[in-house]
Amino acid sequence: MKKLELSDDQVKRYSRHILLPEVGGKGQRKILEGRVLVIGTGGLGAPVSFYLAAAGVGTIGLVDSDTVEVSNLQRQIIHFTHDIGKHKTDSAREKMEALNPDIKVVVHKTRVSSENILSIIADYDVVVDGSDNFPTRYLVNDACVLSGKPLSHGGIFRFDGQVTTIVPGKGPCYRCLFPEPPPPGLVPSCQEAGILGVVAGTIGVAQATEVLKLLIGIGEPLIGRLLVYNALEMKFRTVKVPKNPQCPVCGPHPTITELIDYEEFCSLRS
Amino acid sequence: MGVKVRIPTPLQALTGNNAEVVAAGGTVQEVIDSLEAQYSGLKERICDEAGKVRRFVNIYVNEEDIRFLQGETTPLKDGDEISIIPAIAGGA
Ligand SMILES: [Zn+2]
Repeated sequence: MKKLELSDDQVKRYSRHILLPEVGGKGQRKILEGRVLVIGTGGLGAPVSFYLAAAGVGTIGLVDSDTVEVSNLQRQIIHFTHDIGKHKTDSAREKMEALNPDIKVVVHKTRVSSENILSIIADYDVVVDGSDNFPTRYLVNDACVLSGKPLSHGGIFRFDGQVTTIVPGKGPCYRCLFPEPPPPGLVPSCQEAGILGVVAGTIGVAQATEVLKLLIGIGEPLIGRLLVYNALEMKFRTVKVPKNPQCPVCGPHPTITELIDYEEFCSLRS
Repeated sequence: MGVKVRIPTPLQALTGNNAEVVAAGGTVQEVIDSLEAQYSGLKERICDEAGKVRRFVNIYVNEEDIRFLQGETTPLKDGDEISIIPAIAGGA
């Protein structure tokens, strides 16, 4: 690959990164060469894609099939009131390009499925899961494991958040942590639960942090660790996530060798 | 022996909105039974019909997942803290 030289404008724009010895011009070039796919342009996807755009991630893919609704605006800060009714990927792309003309935003106006996910993630270095349902989360995990793509996983629920970083071959996957999704109806998900809007920001920014660390190659990503956050207590804790030798997808004797479309089970989902 | 148990948000409706409760027991299994005795209905949210911890719920003794210790029979000692952490899917 041709070595990217920073322009004068880029040296100014990213000066606060370049000042950091751990990042420097070299790290900033890695960010600019980075290709990151953000699945979902909602509560988590909004802060993730906004911050990655600001940081100068060269190519950012956005996957979403929804349009902006007024009830999104309490937390999905990349969408504005005048965007109501607009496609979320278009709304997000406009803000990201306005924030940073340096970057390329690729929109995928679709929902990921077993049919399309492998070809969508193929073009990216890192995948961010900002989806809002178990079937998509297990699909994204399995697809990343099968194609060896690093994945930042984040989940939010009311006042709680969870973040972990999955690097296939290096650490455990989401199924090592939770082998199977809950059956339909057992766990409240999505709209019925409510979410304190800022929790999406806290967790999304933690995911964006992990992505930048992976792109630059610094620090200790949340590999083999689950970060657990509660906003009411304002406490972050981490628990250990060992690699499960019986993991159905990343273990030595996998039983899942192709992608599964689990039944969508949130009855309130529109 | 009493141990502190951290209750996740989705289950706090069953513990009178308490995020942290105290349960008795020398093993994880005894603590689950002690929780059920205090807060009826909690056990079936954590365990399946056979009494095994559900595959989308994890129980940690301090930082360690009991599936990688001795499962439900994992012994507890004074000062251990138990956390129940379910998978959460929200993101929008
Ligand atoms: Zn695994």
